[in-house]
Amino acid sequence: MLSRTAANLFWMTRYLERSETTARLLDLGFRNALLPNAGGGFRNEWSAILQSKGTLQQFSDKYGDLVQRNVESFLFFDLENPSSVASCITAARENARIVRTALTSQVWDAINTSFQELKALTRRERSSLEVPELTDWTLRTVSLIRGAIESTQLRNDGYRFMNLGYAVERADNTARLLDVKYYVLLPSVAYIGSGLDNYQWTTLLRALSAHRAYNWAYGGELSAAQIAHFLILNPKFPRSLLTCCLEVNEHLDHLGRIYGRSSPAQEAARALLAELAEARTEDVFDEGLHEFLTRMISEYAGLGQCISDQYLTGEAR
Amino acid sequence: MAEPFFNEMYDASGLRAPYRMLEGWHRNMPAEFRAIKQAEAEDLFRRYGITFAVYGEGGDPDRLIPFDMFPRVFAADEWRRLERGIKQRARALNAFLSDVYDRGEIIRAGRIPADLVYRNEAYEIAVAGFRPPLGVFSHIVGIDLVRTSADQFYVLEDNCRTPSGVSYMLENREVMMRMFPHLFQENRVAPVEGYAGLLKRTLASVAPAKCDRDPCVVLLTPGHFNSAYYEHSFLADLMGIELVEGQDLFVDGDFCWMRTTEGPKKVDVIYRRIDDAFLDPLCFRPESTLGVPGLMNVYRSGGVTICSAPGAGVADDKAIYTYVPEMIRFYLGEAPILENVPTWQCAKPDELKYVQENLAELVVKEVHGSGGYGMLVGPKSDKATIATFAAKLAANPSNYIAQPTLALSTCPTFVNEGIAPRHVDLRPYCLVGRDVELVPGGLTRVALTDGSLVVNSSQGGGVKDTWVIAEE
Repeated sequence: MLSRTAANLFWMTRYLERSETTARLLDLGFRNALLPNAGGGFRNEWSAILQSKGTLQQFSDKYGDLVQRNVESFLFFDLENPSSVASCITAARENARIVRTALTSQVWDAINTSFQELKALTRRERSSLEVPELTDWTLRTVSLIRGAIESTQLRNDGYRFMNLGYAVERADNTARLLDVKYYVLLPSVAYIGSGLDNYQWTTLLRALSAHRAYNWAYGGELSAAQIAHFLILNPKFPRSLLTCCLEVNEHLDHLGRIYGRSSPAQEAARALLAELAEARTEDVFDEGLHEFLTRMISEYAGLGQCISDQYLTGEAR
Repeated sequence: MAEPFFNEMYDASGLRAPYRMLEGWHRNMPAEFRAIKQAEAEDLFRRYGITFAVYGEGGDPDRLIPFDMFPRVFAADEWRRLERGIKQRARALNAFLSDVYDRGEIIRAGRIPADLVYRNEAYEIAVAGFRPPLGVFSHIVGIDLVRTSADQFYVLEDNCRTPSGVSYMLENREVMMRMFPHLFQENRVAPVEGYAGLLKRTLASVAPAKCDRDPCVVLLTPGHFNSAYYEHSFLADLMGIELVEGQDLFVDGDFCWMRTTEGPKKVDVIYRRIDDAFLDPLCFRPESTLGVPGLMNVYRSGGVTICSAPGAGVADDKAIYTYVPEMIRFYLGEAPILENVPTWQCAKPDELKYVQENLAELVVKEVHGSGGYGMLVGPKSDKATIATFAAKLAANPSNYIAQPTLALSTCPTFVNEGIAPRHVDLRPYCLVGRDVELVPGGLTRVALTDGSLVVNSSQGGGVKDTWVIAEE
């Protein structure tokens, strides 16, 4: 497979996953804003959302005050914001267009249709578009594309690169979503365990489509430790950092077998898996949730770099 | 009252045979149903991503070429004659190319002026003396034809470099079969879907002699911003070959390689959809980033085949065009089956004089122009336009040729009020490798504006599915 093709497949799925996360963040902010003001009110919550994406400065430069309508536009429609849903879907479609020959017609059809629908949304009167419609559309669309990939793509190297993109991006995004909690959800220590705190944790779980799953797994009792365990260390939860790491390992191993040689990327992935598989919730809190998550974001970025060096530049002999 | 133009469906004696089945079809089609089908067709094209960007207009890169649902039909015997004529022409053009980069017999024999060939901008000195595998230079020859009566076809121009549009031939059929399956059950329409297989076989047949395995064929595109990118990816996909850009290829030693996830892989045949000038910055334009440095050295040492061969453009030059019937006689010893449009060479003083005196009646084109740009359609232009053009012509006469305004045939076309005759042309795609092949069909372009004779998609033309009724 052409290195450029592999790179486009890898980035296509990263953008798709990223668009989903942005939509989930938008949803998270929207739900939080329905709460009575707590320690700075909705401003504080929206700023946390933007901070977790690393785009607060860019937003302030362009729009100034954190007006909800503007944040919505910024996160969904704004093409100057590289992680807005519109930017991500457009970029993914561009990646797909470049590698059409590596995609089944169903996958292309799903991606291209989503792009056409996005354009139709862009043309609609903004006041007729509420946040839930936008986020529902995004989640539905990316699920459709992922479903088309799962059910129609050959299980070849291209499929592995697509899944690597999903897994690397998803881990990064879970870490960022969880980090929002650090920024906003605890305005002061006194709130821990309060009704407000629980509501916010619930919202976070909801935004990850993990609310019910959490109840099943932990018996409904909300606690910071259990939620952190769920999102970071539980191998059953599809978005946990551990699950993503397992997937990265699986797909890299497949690539190693397809190409008949192992790679430095595999070693890096194994090292990270060793840590996550052994880690306990206490270790995470000892390190500090925010510090741990920041380190994880950088670990996964490192993995992405290893994959790129090995396969996506065409320079590794 | 007789129409001034030949109508391919209804002539003086009424409904023509090949269109018999379509008469009832369009008559019985309610307007609402038609609107639904038209919308469905557009939706299908958009979903397949078949779009076309127009150079120089900026505009929407996802613009669709308008598709007209009314098919254009050829009878089996009409097609038989066209096929022989097209293949004959493709063979002669290749014989000419092979000759002018070698001994130049046709020039020595005084049948074509030496200056016209050797001083031609499209003559590529870098490949003089090099014989590509099987002596084939132009592997895909697109021949633009127009019709003026039941029996009279003219060749408008030849395209020996990288003729585009074949994806429309294939997709138009796909969409029509999906929307009107019963038409295909009732009519014996010859299939065109074998094109991709034939193309791949043609390309593989010209692999270098050095290649001792199943040849690795790739399609080289300028990239996804190119207006024909859709076609490039479509063809690569149908043939099951890699779609590469210049950055994916590199030269090492005597061969050309592509960058893959498993390291470098050797390439044997490059079906390029970029112009000669961009192929190799070391040989042609040094500032180009689309090509592959060193590629021409590998090509000339027989390490890789480039299709079409660099330099093939000299055969489809508009000034050389006049001599194609001469080539057919010279190389094949046959009488030309398809006629040229009578052409005046503005480079020749007495012909220039005639052109200048009759500008209002003629079509004047740039020798190297394409896509309907920079041309004058005399009868459709006002005095000021003609005067401006006359000045350009006087300044550089050898840059122009002139032809009479042809009475292009018309084919029924859906318009707002129902159906109406619109002018059409035809581009079939002839493949030349070990064999000369032609699928029964081609791209019919239609001038959608009432009275317009310009069918180029860049000038607002549309396309139709082209049927050839299968032999009994």
